[in-house]
Order: sequence, then structure tokens, then C-alpha cells
Amino acid sequence: MPLDNAPDSKRKYNVVGTRPLRPDGIDKVTGRAKFGADATAPGQLVGRILRSPHAHAKIRSIDTSKAEKLAGVKAVITRDDFPDHTDGDSGLYDTMYNIMAREKALYEGHAVAAVAATTPAIARQALKLIKVDYEVLPHVTDVDDAMKSNAPVLNNKMFTDGVDPKPKKASNVARRFEFGHGDVEAGFKRADIIVERSFKTEATHQGYIEPHAALASMSPDGSAELWCCTQGHYMVRDVCARILGIDISRLRVTQSEIGGGFGGKTTVFIEPVALALSRKANRPVKVVMTRDEVFKATGPTSATSMDIKIGVTKDGLITAADGTFRYTGGPFAGCSPAEFGAMSAFAQFHLDNVRAIGYDVLCNRPKTISYRAPGAPMANFAVESVIEELAHKLGMAPIDFRIKNAAREGTRSSYGPVYGQIGLGATLEAAKNHPHFKAPLGPNQGRGMAAGFWFNFGGQSCVSLNIPIDGTITVSVGSPDIGGSRASMCMMVAEELGIGYDQVRAIIADTSSLGHNDVTDGSRTTFATGMACILAARDAIKKLCARAAATWGIPEDAVTWEKGYAKPAGANAGNFQPLSLKEIAAASPGTGGPIAGHHEYSADGAGVSFATHICDIEIDQETGASKIVRYTVIQDAGKAVHPSYVEGQFQGGAVQGIGWALNEEYIYGKDGRLQNAGFLDYRIPVCSDLPMIDTMILEIPNPGHPYGVRGVGETSIVPPLAAIANAVAAATGVRFTQLPMSPPRILKGIEDAKASGAKKAA
Amino acid sequence: MSGIKVNTKINGDPVEFMCEPDETLLDVLRNRLNLTGAKEGCSTGDCGACSVTVDGRLTCSCLVLGAEAEGHNIGTIEGMAHGEELHPLQKKFIEHAALQCGVCTPGFLIAAKSLLDKNPDPTETEIRFGLAGNLCRCTGYDKIVRAVQDAAKDMRKSNSRKGA
Amino acid sequence: MRYERPTTLKAAAQMLAKEKGQAFILAGGTDLLVRLRTGFIEPDLIVDIKGINGSKAIQKTATGFKIGAAVSGAELGEHAALKKAWPGVVEAANLIGSKQVQGRCTMSGNLCNASPAADSVPALVAAAAKAVIVGPKGKRTVAVEEIPVGPGKTSLKKGEIIESIVLPKRPPKSGDAYLRFIPRTEMDIAVVGVGVNVTLDGKGIVTKARVALGAVAPTVRLVPAAAKALIGTKMDKAALDAMAAACSAACSPIDDKRGTRDFRIKVAGVLARRAALIARKRAGGK
Repeated sequence: MPLDNAPDSKRKYNVVGTRPLRPDGIDKVTGRAKFGADATAPGQLVGRILRSPHAHAKIRSIDTSKAEKLAGVKAVITRDDFPDHTDGDSGLYDTMYNIMAREKALYEGHAVAAVAATTPAIARQALKLIKVDYEVLPHVTDVDDAMKSNAPVLNNKMFTDGVDPKPKKASNVARRFEFGHGDVEAGFKRADIIVERSFKTEATHQGYIEPHAALASMSPDGSAELWCCTQGHYMVRDVCARILGIDISRLRVTQSEIGGGFGGKTTVFIEPVALALSRKANRPVKVVMTRDEVFKATGPTSATSMDIKIGVTKDGLITAADGTFRYTGGPFAGCSPAEFGAMSAFAQFHLDNVRAIGYDVLCNRPKTISYRAPGAPMANFAVESVIEELAHKLGMAPIDFRIKNAAREGTRSSYGPVYGQIGLGATLEAAKNHPHFKAPLGPNQGRGMAAGFWFNFGGQSCVSLNIPIDGTITVSVGSPDIGGSRASMCMMVAEELGIGYDQVRAIIADTSSLGHNDVTDGSRTTFATGMACILAARDAIKKLCARAAATWGIPEDAVTWEKGYAKPAGANAGNFQPLSLKEIAAASPGTGGPIAGHHEYSADGAGVSFATHICDIEIDQETGASKIVRYTVIQDAGKAVHPSYVEGQFQGGAVQGIGWALNEEYIYGKDGRLQNAGFLDYRIPVCSDLPMIDTMILEIPNPGHPYGVRGVGETSIVPPLAAIANAVAAATGVRFTQLPMSPPRILKGIEDAKASGAKKAA
Repeated sequence: MSGIKVNTKINGDPVEFMCEPDETLLDVLRNRLNLTGAKEGCSTGDCGACSVTVDGRLTCSCLVLGAEAEGHNIGTIEGMAHGEELHPLQKKFIEHAALQCGVCTPGFLIAAKSLLDKNPDPTETEIRFGLAGNLCRCTGYDKIVRAVQDAAKDMRKSNSRKGA
Repeated sequence: MRYERPTTLKAAAQMLAKEKGQAFILAGGTDLLVRLRTGFIEPDLIVDIKGINGSKAIQKTATGFKIGAAVSGAELGEHAALKKAWPGVVEAANLIGSKQVQGRCTMSGNLCNASPAADSVPALVAAAAKAVIVGPKGKRTVAVEEIPVGPGKTSLKKGEIIESIVLPKRPPKSGDAYLRFIPRTEMDIAVVGVGVNVTLDGKGIVTKARVALGAVAPTVRLVPAAAKALIGTKMDKAALDAMAAACSAACSPIDDKRGTRDFRIKVAGVLARRAALIARKRAGGK
């Protein structure tokens, strides 16, 4: 990476920081934008998937003969159509196992067979004709139950990693993680007040409105085309090719517009199935999930069980913090974000003694997949709830207690690294001075706050920038645009080249036309792919300057680029009229041919992010109904490239957190079946549930980016759970340690408190 | 099953199609007429992504059979702009960044237009309840509500100008 | 599957009576299409009743209102006279689903789904509404509470269709109200629903009352004890407490994904009290 990446604090921006219209806006408001399910291919078949009705069952046999004979059925596939090409890669093997069950069905909704037929009705009928012989096994869905010694074990070859000595008995605990430093026991000895609490949270789903969709066309010679909605089409290409045993270069994946992901579209589900069906039928096959399938068979986040213990001195200094974080991962090892949960839990504090232990736990639920700041919101809920309680016990304002113990530049973080320039203190101070913080509350209302952290990631990006002869710019990026990133990419390129935003167009290239790009996740795109755009533009500028130098007959390093013009670098370079981008582009056929800029790298230096949220809630004390009456998000963005979309990320994350805190949950019956696999009973917030979500963007530059950009997408979902729990506690006098805080749970809490209060009084 | 012939008007244009009795209007729009602006988010009427109007009345096209469209006027997102001129709601959604992924956007626009047709000057609460049948998972609704408020203001202005 | 759109009730009843397979009536379709789509039902015949003369009409008659079986929630909400006479019934019908669903859903459908949580049904029961049924053997009229007999089950016989729902004419100083509890503010199924309908005398004393509960038992439940607690009172605190207690006592709910048993019992009383006060206000009481 070039050494001149550090942001120039004096730089004046022309495009970055403005709010231009997004390039895909018109397509999206006219219904013209093509999402996953909107594509068709000549002669396409309908693909459908048969799924296990059981939470845990051995698959003795699958008889597809009747389905195959049904007129209109062109292909039926099962586990037998996925011979193991994974070559000892256990993660890839698990991914393959997840897209099509092998020896066992591991959760309700696990795919066991699939058909391709000429019509949806025939496909449906064919599924009914497939006979699966199951031997139903005992199941477990609760994380604490799954860790018990008598729990049904999902994988009898799994012995907990990360403990010494390695256990001899198989269990559902895939791995133990430990982070921290100092001496926790000694720290607690120095504490005047200790609060210790246990917490539980239920699994939530990413809840994107667009169900997974894939259109596959695979030939018998192994060449294939795939159109699908994904956060990472290169990941889809690599994984599908390896599962199907074909050369990666034979498979071209084109990413559709994506109707939301939030981490849930960072793996494959139906894509290899559609390809396998297409290969067998030798015709294009389209597979679109139903909403029911999305809930039952795609990635929720973890359900958790957590214990937190924090000690403080009388004057409000934390002496020790200790936490245990148990996260469900579904049926495969390494899927839960227990590691991120444990790493992030105490990251917002300056701590001398801290320990966080995480457990990755298997159970009969769908395979856990990333959900916005994976693992962090639940850990933050537990820790920030205890922090609030400690502040009250100390008689200290919670905001002052947080400021006193806040991580700062030079703090050794709870997960290891020492922080550089960070924005936590600034968000806390801004919260303290915010009008929201001082506004009066109405009856039955309570105010809560919480501060949260997310790591942010960099990763691999590859960008190509081409300059047609009219001097406008096309940028090819390989990061799926899940929330308006094409606009940001264009803005950064325009900024570098010193031209107008409307002169630049960005597209998402398919996997065969551009080098590898990591999945759009970890809040990496505006940071990492954005920086690749900047560096590709700088590469193009070099070439533009070289053309000017050649035209003028002076050395290349005697030419400089300014506001869209090549100019002689100084008086010594000679006296030449500046050449515009347009002029250089127009002359390019005769000066050496097309001009393009490229950059490919693996980005480092993402820069951590912090946010502080303030929430006012009103509780109906007779019914437990809650209403968010005011909500404010204050977050460090490093540098906001397009402030409207930064605000949008803040607001969207906050509202997902509100849903998680209040009503969203996976509800399992005793039979291990999901009872609320639809938008009616899986209750994501609706428009009338919410107030406006106020935002405040702080800009504490990230030293790892030329403009100071930090990722902004994920941090905003971290503080809401705790901020709301703290607000509910303030409104009701009851501390809730279990999510969601649904009305029946709140009412019960209020009634129980009344009863125990009455008992105490008596 | 036997195909049913249906005569209807879509966005003002006469359209004739054949469909199976169990096909929904959404199936017909998307799969037979290639009008894929209406999205299938749930197929149970809980997300509003497939919103259309039938004789001017807002409905989920996943909750209407294709056969039921006989003799009715269907309005879809594809008919919202007039030529090159976007509807004020469409303009304001782009200006206010009221969409992130954009998959819910057609449904929101149809629902918002239906709301403003009946109530040109809605309160924030009326907008929020008027759009409660449309789920958005990206925006937290803030910018959507603001876009509708702003569009309503513009539409009132231009209507009063027309009136004068 | 066949789709038919008859133009007379007689023809519709005949089609339904003749069908040997599974036959379903389509009015608004907001429940039927969901069941069809999710594979919960596999009909052989669907009879769309929206083409039937009068099925989309709201008529003010000498004895009250007659509401055609295919009248949508939105159409009810736009009918000023009906809204004025029966605000509780209209608000209950207008709570079914979203604005999109309102464009289609009907009270008759809500009644015939026989969901214990149907929003319009407690209000209709409180209103002493009747259903006019047409079948192969002619016409009959029954109290709406006699239609659902259990979750998803009705007392309608093969070939029978609801032609209309009839709301009685109101005595002066009458008011009704419906309240439900849902976890969100929209788009949910009632966890508890309460319909209250009262008539007052000149002094503001309750002379007639009907109270009905939804989502707390296998069918919507009329609670005479709750009505009795109100009659003869000005709805003072003691009367409201007694009514709330009677409502809670009448509940025999279950724990499910939408709420707990205890929650439903408690909230039934709370909402009954609130609904009664709204009904009293609408009746001109204080």
C-alpha cells in the first residue's frame, strides 16, 4: 500500500461529503432494477427444494423414482449428486452439507432433495412424490441445553477445540475462545461494588425483504453461468465451483441487484443446488426461496446465554470485567460469532483486568450466518446493562461512568490491539451535550443509553477504471452494492480526478470480467473498495500525466494533476497550456491507446468504529406495550463520503436493533420446529412502530484511509439492545435480562416486581 | 387445470392474458407479463412489496388471483412515471435517499401514492400508519417518511397552482 | 382447480353443493390465498362471490344496516353513516391487516375463517349482528356468534354462503368500541380483542350492554357476566372492576407464539375497561 494514505486534515473536498443522487435511483423507483428473481433464461425450468420436517433425523434412504417418472420433471437431485470434492476442507464440507443434507437432517428445513420441472405445479407435485425414510433422533435447540452433558450430540466426531487437554468425549461445544489481559481475580478483590448477571437472547433473522433467488445454466462440459442475489459473487463462484468439482474459471457469476443482505447473503444456499439441477437437466433452472424457506433454512444469528461480572471502586473506576458468552452456531462448527462476541464485549472500556470467554455451540437450528456486526449486539446488551446498573449503584450518572472508563487512544483493547485515534470519547461527549439527553420525559417514559463497538474490516478488492474518448469515467467494482455504494465509489473517483460526480459511472462487474473481491461485509466496501477506487484513479492520473508529458515532450514527473487538468509541475517544466481530462482522452487513440487505471490489493487499516445511542421509551404499565418515543444515533464515520447514506446506515441498524430488543425472535416448539416462519409472527418493526431516528455523524479520521473513511454499516446495530433495555429499566424499575422484551415479558416483569415489592412491604 | 382468459387494463393499456386458476395476479404480472417491478417478498400479504392498485384501490397482488383481474384496472409501478417525467414521489425517494437496497421501493411508492391520492396533507402519524403494510429492512423508515412528506408538499403546491 | 364467478347467490350455492371435492368461497381472499399459496389447502373449486349482485353493497334499511358479504374493510371505513352508527364495528373491521389487506378483506370472510383472533368478530358479536345465510335449502338468519364453532370450523353446511351481515338499528345514546392488543402497532394478529356495546339512559346509566372477547378461547366469546356488571351502573370504578374481572374469568386461553395465557387473561380485563369507557363516551356518557 502506498505510504501517502494517511488523510490530509487540511484537504478541502469538492465531491466527498456532498449528497448527489445515486446512479441506480431511477431504475429502482421505476421497477426496472433487476433483482434476483427478476431474470429469466430461454427454456428455464422451475427448481424447488424438499426440506426436512424434522429437527434431527437420520436419512435412511431417499426414493426419487416416482418423482422422476412424473411428466414435466427434468431432474431430481439428492445428496448422491454432490460427491465429496472438498478435499479435507471441513468448512467447505459443512457448506455442502448445509445446502443438501447427507447422513442426517440437522434442522427443520434442511434441504434433502430438489427437483427441476417445467411448471411450479409439477415441481410441487414432484416433491410430494419423493419418499424420504427418516429415523427421527432427539434434538436440542436451546444453547444451555445443548451444553449439558446429557444433550443429544449432533456430531459424534466433535471434540471441543481450544481446551487443554482436548476432551475425549464428543459434545456440542465446538470451540472455546478466551480473550483478555491482566488479572481478573485480583481486580475483583480491589472492587468496592460488583454486579453479576446472566442474560439470554433469542436468535433473530436478517429479515431482508428479497428472498434468495438463483438462475443457473450449466452445460455438460462444465461451463456455467449463474445469476443470483448475493453479497459476494466471487465467494459464490469459488464455493459453487469447488462443491460441483469444476474449474473456477468455468463458472461466471453475475450479481443481481440485491434486496438486502445484512450478512445473511454471505454464503450459498440454493446456488449450488440450482447449478446441479441445471447440469442434470441440461437446461437453465431458476430457484427462488419462499419466505418460509428463508426463515427455516437461511441464516439467523445466534441465540445466546451470557454471564457478566464487573467490579468498580467507589469512585467509579472499573477494576475487572469478566464475561462468558455461549452462542448457537446451528449444526456446524465455526459458524457462531462467539469469537466476535467475546472480542467485542468489553472493547469500549479502558480495562486493566479483563477476560472474555466464548463458546461456539452446536444445536438443531439453521446454520448461523453473519448478521450486521455479528456477535456484538448481544454481548453489548449484557455488558452495557451491567454498566448501567453499576452506575446506579455508584450513584453516578451512567454517561459520566462511561466517559470515565472509556477506551481512548493508547488503550489496550479487551481483544488485544492497542487503539490509535478512536471516536468513542467524542460520541459520549456529544451524547452528553445533545438536546435529546436533556429533554424532559413524559409519564411512563424512561431514557437509556449504550455505547457500542465494531472492528470493521478491509480485505481484498480489485477495481478497474476506464476512460472512454469523451473523458467520462466508467468504474468496474466487484463489491455488490447493498446500500448505495456505487454512488460513493463514483464520488471518490470524481474527487481524485477533480471532475464532476456526473462524469463517473460505476457498475458491479461479473466474476469473469474483474479480479477477486471479497464479500460485501464487515463494513468494508466504502473503506476497502472505495480506497481501491481512489488508488485506481491515481493510477489513471499517472497515465494521463504521462500522455501529457509525451505530448509536451517533458519528463513524466514534470507533470502534475490538478482539478481535472494535467499541468506542468512548475516553471522549470516549461510553459504549456494545461490539458484537460477530455482533451487527453480524445487524443488517446493516437497517443498510445486506451487509458485505464487499476488497483488490486488486500486492504488493511480499516479503523475501529464506536457509536453511542440514546433511547426514550414509553411503557404501558397495564399491558407491557412499549413505544419508542425518541431515538438518537451518534457515530464516528471517520469521513462521511455520502452523508445521506451514512445516516441511512445509522438509522437502519438502529431499527434492526429495536426489533431485536422488543419483538423479534425465533420461537421453537417442543418438536424443534420453528413456529413463526413468516413476517406475520416474526415481527420486524413496521413504519408505525417508530419515531424519526435522529443521527449525528462525527468525523474522527481513520489514519488508514486517504480521506479518513471508516466503515459505518455495522456499529449502528450494536448499542440499541442495551440502550432499550436501559430505557425499559428506567421506565419500569425492572431490569430485563432476556430478549426480546416482548409485551408479555415486560408485563410479567412489572407484575412480579409489584408482587415482590408487596411482599417486601409486608 | 385449465387456462382462463382474462381481459384487463394495466396502467391504462388493454391487456389480455391466459392464466391458471391458482395463479396470483403477482404471478401473472411477473411471470407472464414480465412486469417484475412488483416483488414477491412473502406471498402472504405481510410485506407489501407486491403492492398494486385494483381500480385505484391499494392491494397486495399476491392476495389476488389473476382470474379476478377480469374487467378491472390494474396499476403497477411501471405506470407511475409519465414518459420521462418521474412522479414527485419517485423524485423525492431518490433525493432523500429513501431507498438503500430498493427492493421494497416499488411497493412503498404505490402505497404512498395511494395514501396521498386520498389524503394530500397527511400527518407523520397518518403516513406511518398508511405505510405500515410495507416492510423495509434497510432504512428504518425515517427517510421514506421524509420523502413522502416532501413529495406531498410539492404535490399540494402544484395542485394549488393548477387550481389557480 | 377451477375458478368460478357466478352472478347469483343461487348459482353459487348450487356450484358449492354440487362440488364433490374441496370447494372454497372467495370474497376478499386475504386468508384463502395465503392458505392456497402455502399448500395448506388444495381446492378443487373456488367460487368468487364478488360478481354476485348486492355482494358489494352497504344498505341502510328500516331495521339497520345490511352489509354484502364481499364489502371490503376499506369500503366499510368510507361509509359515513355506518361509521357513525357502529364506530366500534367499523374500527374492528379496519384493524384487519394492512391498508393493502383492507382493500380486499371482508367481515364475512373474517367470520367464516373462524379464527378466535378475528378482529371484526368480537365487535360484531357485541353489536348483536346477524348473518343472513343462503343455501340449497333457502335462507336463514343466525346470530354471528353461532357461525364459528371452533378454530377454523363453522356451522355452515355444504352449499351455504353468507349473503350479508345485518347490524341492528341503534337506540339513542348507544355506543360501541373495539380494542385489541398486538405487540407491534400494525400487521399483527390480535393477542386479545374486546368488543363492547352499550346503551345509556338519560341519566347515563347503562341499560343494555354486550361484551365479547377474542383470542382468549377457541371461539370468540360473548361474556354475559361482563355485560351484567355494567348494566344499571354509570360505569363507575367498581362496575368497571367487576366487568374486567368477569372478562378475565371468561378467558380460557393458551400459551402460544403470540402471547402467554396469563398475559391474555390480564390484558382482557385491561382492554375491556378501556373499550367500555370509549363506548360510553360514544354513547354520549361521561
